Amino acid sequence: MLELGLFYIAATVSLISTVLAVTRYNAAHALIYLIISLLASAIIFYLVGAPFAAVLEVVIYAGAIMVLFVFVIMLLNLGQSGDVAEHVLLRPRMWIIPSLLCVILFVEIVYVLQSSESLLNGMVVGPKEVGLELFGPYVLAVEIASMLLLAGLVGAYHLGRRYFTDVRDVPTAQPLAAVSGDDHE
Amino acid sequence: MNEAIVIPMEHGLLLAGILFLIGLLGVLVRRNIILILMSLEIMLNACGLAFIVAGAHWGVADGQIMFMLILSIAAAEVSVGLGLLLQAHRRFGSLDVDQASRMQG
Repeated sequence: MLELGLFYIAATVSLISTVLAVTRYNAAHALIYLIISLLASAIIFYLVGAPFAAVLEVVIYAGAIMVLFVFVIMLLNLGQSGDVAEHVLLRPRMWIIPSLLCVILFVEIVYVLQSSESLLNGMVVGPKEVGLELFGPYVLAVEIASMLLLAGLVGAYHLGRRYFTDVRDVPTAQPLAAVSGDDHE
Repeated sequence: MNEAIVIPMEHGLLLAGILFLIGLLGVLVRRNIILILMSLEIMLNACGLAFIVAGAHWGVADGQIMFMLILSIAAAEVSVGLGLLLQAHRRFGSLDVDQASRMQG
């Protein structure tokens, strides 16, 4: 029954933080709640017996992908002047609820790790089984995923260039027919 | 006695469904592109949660493999989406998707 209680606590934290993430006005605050939601999901993964997926959730989702969001939010600065945004962000009132949710998750993961041999029994699917399946029957899926990541890399590089800033001005400055006529002659 | 303590699959799938609905509502309601991308991440994470819970119910590794594939999809999607976001911010000067609702033709 104890494991069930831990599951429901993590599920409640996940739901609360996800609802708060969707309803925030400030993107940085939403990002904090989204990271807490992902950490709660990682604890749920660990509880249901998928420790490798829990590690991937923390490292890739909450680590790498959320860092991309942080970079973009910092890059755009969202129209406000920087120190005003920082002042709002560092107000202690904004940190009460995220800290509370994080403390709940932290206490829970410490408790789970201390009593892991009694809580996690039987159904744990470790990294060894995942690796054997991944590079056995699913090796084609791994290749397709690598192609997808390559396509994402090329697309992000292409979209990230500053080349597109002039596109809006070119057709108004000179007609397209003249440009194409020059090309054909 | 020990193997009786198993998280019911229905509750895990219910949690995944609720998270997916929250993400879907976020995509439909919010007009900030960053928040829309975050809601998409919530939806993908809910799909991964459903796969993990279902895979753990039968004690197989396929759910975790599907989760890893969803993870790579999320990484590719968010990189392209953030590139599009930067272009939209450069072109329209704001992150409101309603700014981009008109064509220029």
